[in-house]
Amino acid sequence: MPTLIAPGEAIDGYTVGARLHEGGNGYIFHASADPAHDPGYPLVMKVPGVGAGEPTLGVVSFEIESTILPRLSSRHVPRVAAVGTDPMLPYIVMEAIEGEGLADVIGRAPLPASEVADIGAALADALFDVHRQNVVHHDLKPENFILRDGDAVLLDFGLARHAELPDLIEEDRGLLGAGSAAYVSPEQLAGVRGDPRSDLFGLGILLYQLATGTTPFGEPETFEGLEDRRWRVPAPPRAIVPGIPAWLQEVILLCLEPDPLQRYPSAGHVAFDLRHPGEVKLTARSERTESAGLGEQLRNWWQAKGARAVPVAPRTALSRMPVVVVAIDTDRIDDPRHEALRRVVGKVLEANDDYRLLVVSAIKAAPMGEGSRLEETASGRVLSHRHLLRAWFAPLKRPPEKTSLHVVESPDPAVTILEMARANSADLIVLGAPAPRARTLAWRRSTASSVAAEAACSVYLVRLPGTSTPPDPAAEPA
Amino acid sequence: MLRAILSDVHANLEALEACLAHARSKGATGYAFLGDLVGYGADASAVVERVMQLAAEGAVALKGNHDAAIEKRDSYFNHDAHASLDWAAKTLSDTQKRFLASLPLVAETKPACFVHASVRAPAKWTYVDSPGAAESCTKAAIAAVTFCGHVHDQKLYFGKPSGHMTAFTPVPGVNIPVRGQRRWVAIVGSVGQPRDRNPAAAYALFDDETREVTFYRVPYDHLAAARKVREAGLPGSLAWRIEAGI
Repeated sequence: MPTLIAPGEAIDGYTVGARLHEGGNGYIFHASADPAHDPGYPLVMKVPGVGAGEPTLGVVSFEIESTILPRLSSRHVPRVAAVGTDPMLPYIVMEAIEGEGLADVIGRAPLPASEVADIGAALADALFDVHRQNVVHHDLKPENFILRDGDAVLLDFGLARHAELPDLIEEDRGLLGAGSAAYVSPEQLAGVRGDPRSDLFGLGILLYQLATGTTPFGEPETFEGLEDRRWRVPAPPRAIVPGIPAWLQEVILLCLEPDPLQRYPSAGHVAFDLRHPGEVKLTARSERTESAGLGEQLRNWWQAKGARAVPVAPRTALSRMPVVVVAIDTDRIDDPRHEALRRVVGKVLEANDDYRLLVVSAIKAAPMGEGSRLEETASGRVLSHRHLLRAWFAPLKRPPEKTSLHVVESPDPAVTILEMARANSADLIVLGAPAPRARTLAWRRSTASSVAAEAACSVYLVRLPGTSTPPDPAAEPA
Repeated sequence: MLRAILSDVHANLEALEACLAHARSKGATGYAFLGDLVGYGADASAVVERVMQLAAEGAVALKGNHDAAIEKRDSYFNHDAHASLDWAAKTLSDTQKRFLASLPLVAETKPACFVHASVRAPAKWTYVDSPGAAESCTKAAIAAVTFCGHVHDQKLYFGKPSGHMTAFTPVPGVNIPVRGQRRWVAIVGSVGQPRDRNPAAAYALFDDETREVTFYRVPYDHLAAARKVREAGLPGSLAWRIEAGI
């Protein structure tokens, strides 16, 4: 066996157990830690293959993974316990991930649209988290995702690119286009690395597989066989499984656009659409039920000659397409802060290339026993608050497909707003804050201060200048 | 050991002290000076004195072309450099001059090699300013990681399996492992006279146990350093270069 470490051996406080897996990017063993090194979670040890018969790529990709993986802080990647620093004895000790492999899930495909959307949103969340830490994975495939408690965990960063580190693969012609044949993106084939939208192409193929049970471009074995994804429009998923809803086909085919500029701007946008099917903007893509004709394919082939990706550091690019959550207190329709909130949100949207806006109203739970009139029933109450949200949003004069309105019944508005922000990987929460005097009067923290203290993202608190007395001191602080 | 690697201080005491303080705050316990302690700036004597003291405590100190020119001037220096070297020669004590003359050109340690210009023919003061130059530099070194000065911009060259090298522009504050079976050449930048239109002082930290290098830019009172250059009667363009970082 061509590894430098064998079962039973101990190294730097870790004991090597049975071999679990061997693949192109290394060998994986069970591992256990002595008490001084025990991180408190189950472990595996990964080592590169060495010697004759082992690909050069294996050594390089091991080096890449051991550099990038320890920098990621995310529940969507394995935690790293230790990395060997002796160049003659490289290893990574990392968290063993228990769960269902995406490959097994795909084995059951085609899956119902709602399940494809749930799983797809979890995969997109994982990608978005990694992209926001300046890393593009570049090797998406079913074997590299494990589903754990509703979350997706992304494995194997051997072909990944970190925007702030030397790229050990780039400019090495022998390694160009490295990746799994069925999932590699067109621009990756051209040797362009570092654009997070390359991963969206791979995500599109996984969604396609979940929805139809097949891959859109097959599994080519030659470089020429790979090339046709630079221009070919894949057979629409609805041609394979007629029951697939239009919105899901729209999402999948938008991910699979040959030109990265035509795809979704970020994985966050994909997750958003998969979670809000009603908000997906349908185009001609969603309507197709037949494969493209020869004429269209020829035209695409011709146009693909000039298509090029322009990678920008993911963190820089993503910082200009924020997910914004704004909380509007629709229980007080006359609150003068509503106009101030609209002004702030308008400026944020204006200052960025792209955005997703979630407008949230957390209303008090309906009283016990519903009344007979529509506005007294729970659904009637939600509907009337939805009208209020729409009225708040309308003066912004923004396209509706980038915005979603949410009315949530909740005993604790802060918890609702925080949960909404977390579930949508928000970059910014905007909400009104009570005037200073109201805060000192409050016997408990206001919604605004709870959100500001506990949010994982930036929070803008909006106050009206010159108001030191709240409109209604007896009311619960907003 | 976490070692601060400082090059091309060029008689800029304010920049040197700022980098040393920054390195101490990051936990540095060792130092390597890759040459050109003098030339251009106003504090040749104070800078050499400080480095002599650190060298006595174990710091690596190497000779650069400006240091060598105190003893024997080559003709390639421009007018401004001549003026500042003349002035430095007048202000340095005999002990300080003997210290500069005694400095070696290259220091090989494990796992890093240090040099002012290039390990290949170090006395020729060639610039490691391209992947090709980095390749011939590292081929002459024993260690896998080489640290150079002389070129004032920060750069990291790394070897591909073919043996040829690729250039990478480091992001300040991001630690980069320089491991694997490949070779690395790090240009640490200039403490006293950065030339990339950013006046902040440049240096790097190297952890020889984890084999990680981190490049830094340290803002300091560069206007004070420039003022001293003018007050010393040195050419105004030297002050201006410190002010603008060019």
